[in-house]
Amino acid sequence: MAESGWARWIRRAVITALAVFTLVPLYVMVSSSVKPLRDVQGPFTAVPSTITLQPFVDMWRTVPLARYFVNSAVIALGAMVCSMVIAILAAYAVSRFRFRGRGTFLTSALATQMFPGILFLLPLFLIFVNLDRGFGLELFGSRVGMVITYLTFALPFSIWLLAGYFDAIPRELDEAALVDGTGPLGALFRVLLPAALPGVAAVAVYSFMTAWTEVLFASVLTTSETRTLAVGLRAYATQSNVYWNQVMAASLVVSVPVLLGFLLLQRALVQGLTAGAVKS
Amino acid sequence: MSTAADVGPRPARRRWSARALPYLILAPALVAELAVHIVPMLVGVFMSTLRLNQFSIRDWVNAPFVGLDNYVSVATLDSSVAAGLLRSFGVTVLFSVLAVLGEFLLGLAAAVALHRPFRGRAVLRTLFLVPFALPMFSSVITWMFMLQRDTGLVNTVLVDWLGLTDERPFWLVGQNSFVSLVVVAVWRTWPFAFLTITAGLQSIPTELYEAANVDGAGPWRRLFSITLPMLRPVNTVLLLVLFLWSFNDFNTPYLLFGQAAPAEAGLISLHIYQSSFVTWNFGLGSAMSVLMLLFLLVVTVGYLAVVNRRRDNG
Repeated sequence: MAESGWARWIRRAVITALAVFTLVPLYVMVSSSVKPLRDVQGPFTAVPSTITLQPFVDMWRTVPLARYFVNSAVIALGAMVCSMVIAILAAYAVSRFRFRGRGTFLTSALATQMFPGILFLLPLFLIFVNLDRGFGLELFGSRVGMVITYLTFALPFSIWLLAGYFDAIPRELDEAALVDGTGPLGALFRVLLPAALPGVAAVAVYSFMTAWTEVLFASVLTTSETRTLAVGLRAYATQSNVYWNQVMAASLVVSVPVLLGFLLLQRALVQGLTAGAVKS
Repeated sequence: MSTAADVGPRPARRRWSARALPYLILAPALVAELAVHIVPMLVGVFMSTLRLNQFSIRDWVNAPFVGLDNYVSVATLDSSVAAGLLRSFGVTVLFSVLAVLGEFLLGLAAAVALHRPFRGRAVLRTLFLVPFALPMFSSVITWMFMLQRDTGLVNTVLVDWLGLTDERPFWLVGQNSFVSLVVVAVWRTWPFAFLTITAGLQSIPTELYEAANVDGAGPWRRLFSITLPMLRPVNTVLLLVLFLWSFNDFNTPYLLFGQAAPAEAGLISLHIYQSSFVTWNFGLGSAMSVLMLLFLLVVTVGYLAVVNRRRDNG
């Protein structure tokens, strides 16, 4: 299939334009994070006058970034672990059993994903505050409350993706394990999970990402003690005197874990993310 | 008969446990979904029938029941509540249409341009993923820096390098804030359209293109006669998902402008958030959320009905 000259040029122009559009903010983030303060206080400069790593040192002192970091890490890891265990069990049920309500469960789980978050936020806020007042359950402003909230955010996607992976594993494999006397859970953990490892990893990254980057619920359900990066970083950028080089350094640092995880597991994640549209 | 009686109890027991097992292992997911999604949603509908404000919120279960009063005050067109909501609704619809259009067109252009293998294609594919993989707060805050009036890259390029205007425009307040909002949302979400369309393109048999080539069809003809029709089922879902994301978008305006977003860029989620947490009028906020959900349901169901009918006819 030969490509005519002008078609090739259009293609190159499209790719170049999109690459520039994508790269400019990334370049701004990276280059500004190594600029001295005077460079970011005047008009934007394309190249740093000198390269300094000072912003990466100073950023921890300007705002309690370390506290935000720990909060985000604890909450995201907690949500990731809980959501994975729950999703693995649910995906096993959905993939290997035919039971009443199966279709309803799958559809409604997906539907909740599409509802506006603000609809849950107001009642959840009141419920949390009241559980605290009535039963002494400290969910509002606590990391546990955030873990409980976030673990559900990644559940529908995780269940769908894992069920897809389980479906692709021949039933004979786990049936053989069942005949050998292993229980159904043994078959799940010894046979299915090892075979679906890329899917499990993708789900782990996805649920970590969801919790690490969520803003709406974190802005209401956390206090200054439990503030996460997603909310704390904005506070950084709205101080009266903004150290933009430090803000960019912090943005870069908090992006790296998520970005690396996503890019490493690109294939499995992309497959899962696009499956909804491509299959139906 | 006797053999059946001999082994009778065991299969029966096994059948019982086999029947209960899927529900047992599904229970944690079910409980979590109920606790964080379904129950709060029902509570939200209940809240929308209460007069919940800063006075009654402490004891909200006993707040006065007002029936549909909250909905009436949202629907009373000359009230300031209704005016604010209507304005924000208009902004949100316009934003969603423009953002979806931008995201879809960029995604389509990139997917088609990268369809044919060439050196460096894998690198570009990964690069195009980055905006979507980056935590939203990092990327939107970077845009916030770029859009600063005095120190941002955008004004430096437009005013100092290109000299398009003499006056440095504001990008985060006033009319321009809407433009900023659309651009940032498109930058962040177009890779998803790119991914989905790329996956869709891979399912189109290459024979179709070869046949078209034999017939002497040019690239435009191939795009409109093969690529787009074959992508139709994928695009149907993609456009809907992009629309729902844009319409529900809270993060982009909140991160870009903070709680006090300019009215020109105050998307509906942020509008409800502001009016709920600034005035503590949760009853009204819940009523607005319920209306927002109803609107989305009507749009989704209507859209799918139209699309499916066209597919059946076509």
